[in-house]
Amino acid sequence: MEINKEDKKNIINKISEVLITMASKPSGFIGLAILIFHVILAISSPWFVPYDYKAINPSLMLQAPSADFWFGTDSLGRDVFTRTALGGRTALVVTFFGSLIALLWGGLLGIFCGLVGGKIDDVVMRIVDAFLSIPWILAMLLIVSLLGTTTEVLIPALGFFYGKGIVRVARAATHDVIAKDYILSAKARGHNNLSIIWNEILPNVRDAILVEGAMRWSWMLLGFSSLSFLGFGVSPPTPDWGLMISNARGLMSFAWWAVIAPIVGLSSLIIGINLTADAFAKALGIDRSTKAPV
Amino acid sequence: MSNNIQSVKNLSIGFKSQKGKEISILRNVTTNIKKGETVGIVGESGSGKSTLALAMMGYVKHGLFTMNGECLFNSLNLLDLSNNELEKIRGRKIAMIPQNAGQSLTPNLKIGYQIEEALKLHTNLNENERKNRISELLNNVRLPSPDVMALRYPHELSGGQQQRVAVAMALAGNPELLLLDEPTTGLDVTTQAHVLELLKDIAKDTGTSMVYVSHDLGAIAQVCDRVIVMYAGEIVLEGPVRKILKEPIHPYTNGLLKSIPKLSLEGLPESMPGAQPQPGHIGEGCSFYDRCNISDEKCKTKTPDLEFLSEIDTSVRCFNYKKVIINQNKNIQLKNLDEKNIENNEILSLSDVSISYAKQSFLDQLFNKLTDSNPTVKDINININKGETIALVGESGSGKSTILKSIAGLLKTKDGNINFAQNRKLSEDLKNRSSDDLRAIQLIFQNPDESLNPNHTVEQILSQPLKLYFGLKEDKLKKNIIELLEKVRLGEFYMTRYPRQLSGGEKQRIAVARAFAAKPEIILCDEVTSALDVSVQAAVLDLLKKLKDDFGTTYIFVSHDLAVVKAISDRVAVLYQGRLCEIGPSKNVYKFPSHPYTEVLLGAVLEPDPDIKPKLIAEDIVEEKPPEKGCCFQGRCPRILGDKCREEVPPWQVGENGNAIRCHIDIEELKIQQS
Repeated sequence: MEINKEDKKNIINKISEVLITMASKPSGFIGLAILIFHVILAISSPWFVPYDYKAINPSLMLQAPSADFWFGTDSLGRDVFTRTALGGRTALVVTFFGSLIALLWGGLLGIFCGLVGGKIDDVVMRIVDAFLSIPWILAMLLIVSLLGTTTEVLIPALGFFYGKGIVRVARAATHDVIAKDYILSAKARGHNNLSIIWNEILPNVRDAILVEGAMRWSWMLLGFSSLSFLGFGVSPPTPDWGLMISNARGLMSFAWWAVIAPIVGLSSLIIGINLTADAFAKALGIDRSTKAPV
Repeated sequence: MSNNIQSVKNLSIGFKSQKGKEISILRNVTTNIKKGETVGIVGESGSGKSTLALAMMGYVKHGLFTMNGECLFNSLNLLDLSNNELEKIRGRKIAMIPQNAGQSLTPNLKIGYQIEEALKLHTNLNENERKNRISELLNNVRLPSPDVMALRYPHELSGGQQQRVAVAMALAGNPELLLLDEPTTGLDVTTQAHVLELLKDIAKDTGTSMVYVSHDLGAIAQVCDRVIVMYAGEIVLEGPVRKILKEPIHPYTNGLLKSIPKLSLEGLPESMPGAQPQPGHIGEGCSFYDRCNISDEKCKTKTPDLEFLSEIDTSVRCFNYKKVIINQNKNIQLKNLDEKNIENNEILSLSDVSISYAKQSFLDQLFNKLTDSNPTVKDINININKGETIALVGESGSGKSTILKSIAGLLKTKDGNINFAQNRKLSEDLKNRSSDDLRAIQLIFQNPDESLNPNHTVEQILSQPLKLYFGLKEDKLKKNIIELLEKVRLGEFYMTRYPRQLSGGEKQRIAVARAFAAKPEIILCDEVTSALDVSVQAAVLDLLKKLKDDFGTTYIFVSHDLAVVKAISDRVAVLYQGRLCEIGPSKNVYKFPSHPYTEVLLGAVLEPDPDIKPKLIAEDIVEEKPPEKGCCFQGRCPRILGDKCREEVPPWQVGENGNAIRCHIDIEELKIQQS
């Protein structure tokens, strides 16, 4: 579908309208603020961090927070503030693109299954169910150990595993729409499936899928950090919250600062995304508290 | 005062808009309900009639608030009471019967148990007394074998029976006032007539006051003593039912009555221009000013008061009520039905069409065995000429929509052929139909809320068929869309609107425009007016008629409303349980002799006239499956002959008036019996 000028204006209007509605409630405002803060931090941190993130200095091991080292130093004498500020970058990029991939394949496959129904739907959904029954972290470990831990591997792998749930949501949303007469009307006119998906179904299930995608983003962030924690995410010395927590957790009893900083970074981002997703859902008129997804 | 059971005084109810403005839905409503009286509240959707009825039981919907005024029930202001105090009144003193009983009964509890719950709550009877009372109540609402009925679950009852159970539950607490919110709207015509009959008897036997909310003047005419007509949140007319329905002195009521199609008249009813103003858009002066044909300067600036005329016991809100010309039937200027230019030129023929919903089991598929010997729709033979309007009539489950869907290719037929334009067989599978065949047959659906994509603008909606069939682009596309909008009498500025920004009638016009965009030869209309208000219905029917005259399109019109069918169609086919009962020119199907089923249907039609009573000649039982053998109507036929009807499929007979009837009774005999 070609997008003409008027459509573009409409889309921009709609986005700004949704953003304003989101920010007008305290929870949405806080969520958006945290999310924007993290995004700005991730973009700008390389330019303002005070130390080199990989500079090891044994003489400065496990320093408590001070004027020189705001968040203290870790067991290798690296500045925790520097590493925390940089630690969200990989996670944010990997999970953002991962969620996009999850949205794309999960959403389209779900809509397709909902539309065609019958045997194809049965088979596809059983395959999705089978994948759902495999503990994703085991499967991820297998993939990562076979193909390595580069972002080129992690993004599509995470995207695949987190898209399965979106298939079900998109299919359920499509089922709500499919019984409506305007779909029947399009069928009776003789439109093909692709045109029905694009013109009739997508605009009506888009909101539900986007909200689901936003929720998946925060889950994926947690998943990605778990992988790092287990040593299968980013490889050292690249700073990453999961990895930092994993390295410092043994020293928690006497060097708490090395754990607290990445934990606050990770959990605030997840809370921010969650609040934003909820506010987004409410702004679009899909209230997750009353209508839980399948 | 003691004579009034409920008095509403100066009641205004409204809501706060997003910008914080107070917008009223009910405006200064004052009325009294007397003891033992049945009062009807009539109005189109959005007139505030349900809000008023709910306020009468002290309920204000979430988001709304009482702006001023009070609802006195036995001199107790319900709107001031706490929830605890209201609980003592609701159910015991004031009971309510909702529109859709099927949805208000709990699906996994037995009927008897649900009534017992109501009894426990509202009476002090012991267990044995409760048991007896349940049977008594079910007996009172005329459900057969009450003791058996009490053990059933709601889904085991038909729609009419469910509504009766709802009535029984409402009566459980011996209420003094019964509120009924469109209690028969979702029911079939025959069932509706039976339920109304029951309500009337209950009012007579128990002396309960009733408030009957409905948009249907026919139903109001049957049960009510007094009528309140609402328009834009105000009472515009109030008085005895005969005065209101026969000599309405308010121009709105007059117009409303004129826009109802009636069996006794021929041709299309007159439509009222314009639409009811939305809450918040009611300006100065009379709210009906824009649509009124007798308005003058005064009406534009001053709001008329409700004036009580004691000589006719009627209140009216109009300056010029003396000018309202009451139309007696003979005075009605009917739009001339010009002699049809129907060519004797077949455009569509259905021969021996059968449709089945039954799915073949895996084993049957293996052995290629057809299992369903008794399909939902069977042996339909209809030939439709070019330029003709043929109506398929029947109650729910008669297969009329099923037939329509298989003509459109949305449902596969089991047997038989659908031929287009003489001998060109239409493929039963949509995918195998050529683009031209698809274009030639277009559908209009019942509910425009469902048939228009809520996320598309009017422009996008109308461009779909234009792009698909004619490949139009940009300027040409836009020009065509504007032309289409003009054809359905909407302006160019509608292009950028979304369906939610349109009124019901406007939405249906867009749906009509979309169907005509394809330049079709046949348009299938599935209950196109039943979701609309009467005044809007008349306008849409009028539009369909004009478009047909311009384009020579053939309509296949499905409806359950016999009066609408009579107004618009040339030929009528009456269906029962997926079998054809009668077919003939619509002028004559309404004359005897006719098939006993047609007779039953005609008898149940409600006219907006308290002096014309429906004739209930058959039970309103519902059959779930067509009979295996014999006549399809054997289960309910009031004139059944005996075994012959149960064993043999009746032959077609053609009466002197040109309509074909499928009945064992000799046509002359039938004529004598029915006259």
